[in-house]
Amino acid sequence: MSAGSRSIGSFDWALILIYIALISIGWLSIYSASFNPEVENFFSLENLHFKQLIWIGLGILIIVFILFLDSKFFERFSSLIYVVAIISLILLFPLGKNINGATSWFAFGSFTLQPSEFAKVATALALAKYLSDIQTNIKTIRDQLRAFLIIVIPALIIIPQPDPGSALVYAAFFFPLYREGIAAVYLILGASAVVLFVLTLLFGPIYIALGVAVIAILFFLKNRKKRPSKSLYLGIILACTLFSFSVNYIFENVFQQRHRDRFNIVLGIEADTQSIGYNTRQSEIAIGNGGWTGQGFLQGTQTTGKFVPAQDTDYIFSAVGEEWGFMGSALVIILFVLLILRIIQLSEKQKNEFSRIYGYSVAGIIFIHFAVNVGMVTGLLPTIGIPLPFFSYGGSGFWGFTILLFIFIKLDGNRVNEW
Amino acid sequence: MRKLLLLFIVLSTGLLFMGRLFYLQIYDTSAVIKSENNAIKVEYDYPQRGHIYDRNNKLLVSNQPSYDLMAIPKDIKPFDTLGLCKLLGIEKEKLLKELNRAQRRASWLPSVIVPTMSTEDYAYLGEQMHKYEGFYIQKRSLRDYQIDFGANFLGYIQEVNQSMIKKDPYYKSGDLIGRQGVEQQYEQVLRGVKGVKRFQKDRFNRIIAPYKAGKLDTLPVPGRNIQLTIDAELQKYGEELMVNKRGGIVALEPATGEILALVAAPNYDPALLVGRERSKNYTQLDADTITKPLFDRVLSGEYAPGSPFKALTSLIALQEGVISTENKVYCNGGYRYGGKKPLGCHHHKSPVQLVSGIAYSCNSYFATAYRNTIDKYSTPQEGIEKWRAHLASFGLGNFMGYDLPSGRRGLIPSASRYNKTYNYPTYRWGTTATISNAIGQGEVLMTPMQMVNFTAAIANRGWFYKPHIIKNIKGVDTIPSIYTEKQFTTIDPQHFEPVIEGLNNVYNYSGGTANFLKVPGIEICGKTGTAENKMKIGGKTVQLTDHSVFVAFAPKDNPKIAIAVFVENGYWGARFGGRIASVMIEKYIKGEVTRKDLENWVLTHSLEEEYAKPLLGRPFPINDGKKISAKFLAEENQEL
Repeated sequence: MSAGSRSIGSFDWALILIYIALISIGWLSIYSASFNPEVENFFSLENLHFKQLIWIGLGILIIVFILFLDSKFFERFSSLIYVVAIISLILLFPLGKNINGATSWFAFGSFTLQPSEFAKVATALALAKYLSDIQTNIKTIRDQLRAFLIIVIPALIIIPQPDPGSALVYAAFFFPLYREGIAAVYLILGASAVVLFVLTLLFGPIYIALGVAVIAILFFLKNRKKRPSKSLYLGIILACTLFSFSVNYIFENVFQQRHRDRFNIVLGIEADTQSIGYNTRQSEIAIGNGGWTGQGFLQGTQTTGKFVPAQDTDYIFSAVGEEWGFMGSALVIILFVLLILRIIQLSEKQKNEFSRIYGYSVAGIIFIHFAVNVGMVTGLLPTIGIPLPFFSYGGSGFWGFTILLFIFIKLDGNRVNEW
Repeated sequence: MRKLLLLFIVLSTGLLFMGRLFYLQIYDTSAVIKSENNAIKVEYDYPQRGHIYDRNNKLLVSNQPSYDLMAIPKDIKPFDTLGLCKLLGIEKEKLLKELNRAQRRASWLPSVIVPTMSTEDYAYLGEQMHKYEGFYIQKRSLRDYQIDFGANFLGYIQEVNQSMIKKDPYYKSGDLIGRQGVEQQYEQVLRGVKGVKRFQKDRFNRIIAPYKAGKLDTLPVPGRNIQLTIDAELQKYGEELMVNKRGGIVALEPATGEILALVAAPNYDPALLVGRERSKNYTQLDADTITKPLFDRVLSGEYAPGSPFKALTSLIALQEGVISTENKVYCNGGYRYGGKKPLGCHHHKSPVQLVSGIAYSCNSYFATAYRNTIDKYSTPQEGIEKWRAHLASFGLGNFMGYDLPSGRRGLIPSASRYNKTYNYPTYRWGTTATISNAIGQGEVLMTPMQMVNFTAAIANRGWFYKPHIIKNIKGVDTIPSIYTEKQFTTIDPQHFEPVIEGLNNVYNYSGGTANFLKVPGIEICGKTGTAENKMKIGGKTVQLTDHSVFVAFAPKDNPKIAIAVFVENGYWGARFGGRIASVMIEKYIKGEVTRKDLENWVLTHSLEEEYAKPLLGRPFPINDGKKISAKFLAEENQEL
């Protein structure tokens, strides 16, 4: 490698600046959400904001380490990293520590590590490696299946921990797959499945079956002259009906009540502001309390009173909303959008397929976290517990996202030396 | 296309979130309200309500501490219901009902569960309160009445209801507000401003710190004490005189317009409307639609003034130059016009001039004077309007602007009113159609307060101050300026002397209608009135015994008191009205009443039988005071 890959000027400073802005606002929000006037010593380990400062400090060491590694290291060792990640996920079953009902952590004394936060990076690397392989043809079903397996294996291990929220993040890998040429029919199927899922919960499978049938017949009649295939239309009707009934069955019989409640509340089927919808309600109140300019740092009544549960982790965005108002929270939204767009833009510039696919995976993962988390905190989506990147308190999460992003920055920084 | 998908989704998600934030933070303000309610505990510091004194600085109304049991429904944890009921001394159903009501109102707002507990209840409950989460005790102060009279002008305080809270957000559930009387009129002065302390709570409802370091907190502004113009002694005496009678007495100090006494009968003990029995007692008083103790007859009762009005008829005729003191009018038992039934008159010396006309209350004289006044103008319409303008300058036919919340306009008929009645111009009407106005019968209506006001204007020879009950607001040491602006009537001062002479002779002439009511050493000017009145019983209009009316002022020169007395169905003016006016004047000017027989007569005579008549459901005789008792008959003969 030439010295140029290590020169500071070749890294994308826009990404680094957005990153610094996000972790700064994020840290201030943790300070606010965890502020306890009784603990006067700033350097007390009782203070989450001080602990987060330690994670950020260690994170900088990791960044330096990544930036000094050979950029080919990640491509070369991606398979190994992936295997290590899968093993660490499996080891959770015998060795993991149960926190809040999920066995997702390794405990080293009082220090805990959540391997699923790193498994995302490993999966992104492995997928990029596999898809960029000259022998891989994503148009073939066989290779599609293999790519699919790379993505689904970690997700399947994470679900029963149980941590379905973290597993959901693996949907992000649809974006690099699609970018690399997987058939659009998967997109249509995926989108139809989501729409049918929601409609089924709202109206029940019988109406959905009838509705689909009526629409299909109308289309059939309209296109009569083109002699459409009767069996195709019939197949679509049957598939939709089957899907709708199975969604209904899974929802009623496989989902637990708490999952059902979360969906019902967001879909407006049930109104409940005291027990199950409490988190969301409190979060909406806190955000609403912000107004245009917010209540001011450490001045939010809901944040100071700790009304929003898990406000230093999953619900951290509500502290931004209350204390910095529309101005502050809109700024955070803009920063996230810019971050993701910049990653996409840089990915497109990559000459190296591995870097491009990895970049798309990074953009997808950050986007899914951002969309699901902010959607949940603002009451648009059901309660799905995943952290907001660079904001939510927690060492593993912070390091996971930092590694994810800076590997890309490193790969991108090496772009000029590629041929 | 494939490159754009993620780009497109990211951008639309960003926009969607911005929209959602805009909705939550800017558009939908309900979240702000909710957050204030669940994160901030507001504590109020209620200042003491101002005390009320009479004109001689006698304390009438002070305060006593009282305690309300409050609850915030959402903070209530399961508790020992029976235990709490036992502490409070109430039924379980009642407690549950109140909690239910509070829950329905708003689960995050404090509501009153048990109002106005005594100090003893509180002492017992206070130690146990920590067991009942979500409940707390709010200290307030209630009225402590030093007197058992004057309820009609004092008013009362009550808990605010939802409509009052909506109208004025200063008030919160459980706050007290003045209703009726000076409590309502001077609510803001008496109440002061409550102090507000805000605390930041956490989600366990624990107070963690003063909200915004207490920067928004305010200190209570104490209520101000007020001094009334009422003479408590005179008021008490007046109320005693009015026992078993309906009607009212109102006395003014003519030189200032200060209300010395405002007696409405029947009245009630103001202490009835304090404390836990308040609503029960109120319902009882309110339900009494026969005696109507909550109806202030002095301010809101509209009656035909009767003969006292003749003084005004004379003054207007003199001002218009249509009579002089020399004019003589022959009275042959009535005033005849247009071949109709005469306006009858009683037996007296004839002919009469102005002074004797007033003294004898001769109907013919005033009918002539009135007719000349109206007929001075080319049309009766014009004449009536001129006449009406003079009366308006005495504060008649409209609200008077005194500082008490109840009142009526009274009625001085206008030309357009008669036009309507007689269907003008299809039919024409003449002065004689309105001739009853001359003697205060006809269409004219006045409240007793308006009657005493015109009496005071006569006593002052042509001006008055708007009647008022506020003498001083302590600490501000001023009263509203409208009560210190002289109001002038349209009558020139020189016209008052002959009229006052006549009013004086009501007492002095041997045939004067109040001759037997003279007070030794005090020159009184007065006028009797006997007002016909009717009532609808079962759809049929029935004439009842006349109302006894009397207005007076004294002394004749430099008057100290003007008084109007109105006794429903008391028969002729001197009988009840005159007697009461006479002893009230003596009481006020001399401090005691020397004529004990006169005083006793009033105290011992009841009109309850008279009031019961229309309710018995059979025909009854009217205007036969003699039938009341044999003893009465004897006295009555002596007097005439």
